[in-house]
Amino acid sequence: MSVAPKDLKYTKSHEWVRTMPDGSVVVGITDHAQQLLGDLVFIELPKAGAEYAAGKECAVIESVKAASDVYVPVSGRVIEANEGLGDAPETVNKDAYGDGWLFRMQPANPEELKSLLDADTYGKFVASEDH
Amino acid sequence: MGQRTPLYDTHVRMGAKIVDFGGWDMPLHYGSQVDEHHRVRQDAGMFDVSHMNVVDLRGPDVRPFLRLLMANNVDRLKSPGRAMYTCMLNARGGVIDDLIVYFMGEQWFRLVMNAATRDKDLAWLDATARQMQGVSVQPRPDLGIIAVQGPNAREKVYHALGEGLRESTGKLKPFHAVSIGELFVATTGYTGEDGFELILPGKSAPFAWQGLTEAGVAPIGLGARDTLRLEAGMNLYGHDMDETTTPLESGLAWTVGWEPADRNFVGRDVLERQRAGGVPRRLVGLVLEDKGVLRDHQKAICGTAGEGEITSGSFSPTLGKSIALARVPAEVSDGSRCEVEVRGKRLVARVVKFPFVRNGKSCLD
Repeated sequence: MSVAPKDLKYTKSHEWVRTMPDGSVVVGITDHAQQLLGDLVFIELPKAGAEYAAGKECAVIESVKAASDVYVPVSGRVIEANEGLGDAPETVNKDAYGDGWLFRMQPANPEELKSLLDADTYGKFVASEDH
Repeated sequence: MGQRTPLYDTHVRMGAKIVDFGGWDMPLHYGSQVDEHHRVRQDAGMFDVSHMNVVDLRGPDVRPFLRLLMANNVDRLKSPGRAMYTCMLNARGGVIDDLIVYFMGEQWFRLVMNAATRDKDLAWLDATARQMQGVSVQPRPDLGIIAVQGPNAREKVYHALGEGLRESTGKLKPFHAVSIGELFVATTGYTGEDGFELILPGKSAPFAWQGLTEAGVAPIGLGARDTLRLEAGMNLYGHDMDETTTPLESGLAWTVGWEPADRNFVGRDVLERQRAGGVPRRLVGLVLEDKGVLRDHQKAICGTAGEGEITSGSFSPTLGKSIALARVPAEVSDGSRCEVEVRGKRLVARVVKFPFVRNGKSCLD
């Protein structure tokens, strides 16, 4: 059974979002998502400075068996990407909510964060998808 | 719910992620597909391949039957206990299935065929058997198969199933088999490593699996089976060849028994015409030089030679890069480079001979 920490927000496309004290947000994929994908072997991250509208594809995660898109949870500009994943994509399998973060961004409109799912709602969504 | 092998409950208990594979509920992995892959290359792992179709052919006319139906020449099997890989072709030279033929005696040959092609395989065998006297086609759904593969596979099998096996199987070279009571032990496999394929009564399979587990053999899912066979440069039916491609277009010319010239196996005339007139396409290996992962059906652009298509693409855990088999225009040469369309981008791949990996080591220059 995968976990979904209470202090994070989530999307139905299985990204998590952590709001930092400076108002920026860190984005990753959930433990449930990494379990579904299996062993990750390649991650293509967004470039710092790139701007995206909420819901746009911004990264690609490839496991041994399949490729999967990552979507921007809220509109904004990418500040930095977790370049360490280039040589160690398996970090996402091992620590999806910690060292396996994907990128940090500055939201254009912090109000959008309110539309994301809380941990309980995401947990129920995952359970409903499994059945 | 799909069909289940005698080991289904064991897989679930061992934490397998179960997926549908050609109508069968089979283990994809037991946690990490990549870890399982390395386990086979470095130590020993076991696969439940009981879904595969074991067929015993019995009777005085089995040899002429196989002479007609198989592209490889069954007369290469001279002494009992020898095995041979072959394609079974349709009249257009297309591959109905690929299989292993085990020669156990003049009145007993054993075939191990793919699971997904079971019905059409049996229909094809039966249709020909009806026209010949003296061949009985006996499917063996009562049997299970456990493939134990890896550098330490043999030793761990002896540890699990008894030292008595060492005498009868210790000196077996690749592509041999021996039948010992209810146990059939073959030195064949689908990984490019040493090891055994154990064919045994389905009801005994869980006990053998348990003994092998206690001997330190790791359970391996179909996910790692696919990356292991791809590294070993072994074709997968339905991906790298099918009824629309001939063995000559599928990297399998070496399996065609051309001699003697008067052996008229099904599909021979088409293969002869291709051999004389030139084969338009061939199967090559690709190693991705850019970052990314090659996948089935991606387009390979080979300069002025034209375009081809990836038939099996994945990530090679042993090499740490993506590899593929691709069907390309015949004039594409080994060592050249092509571009593969991956998610809207063109990535550079090198054309290589396969296998990519044998006995744990890279075969690349």
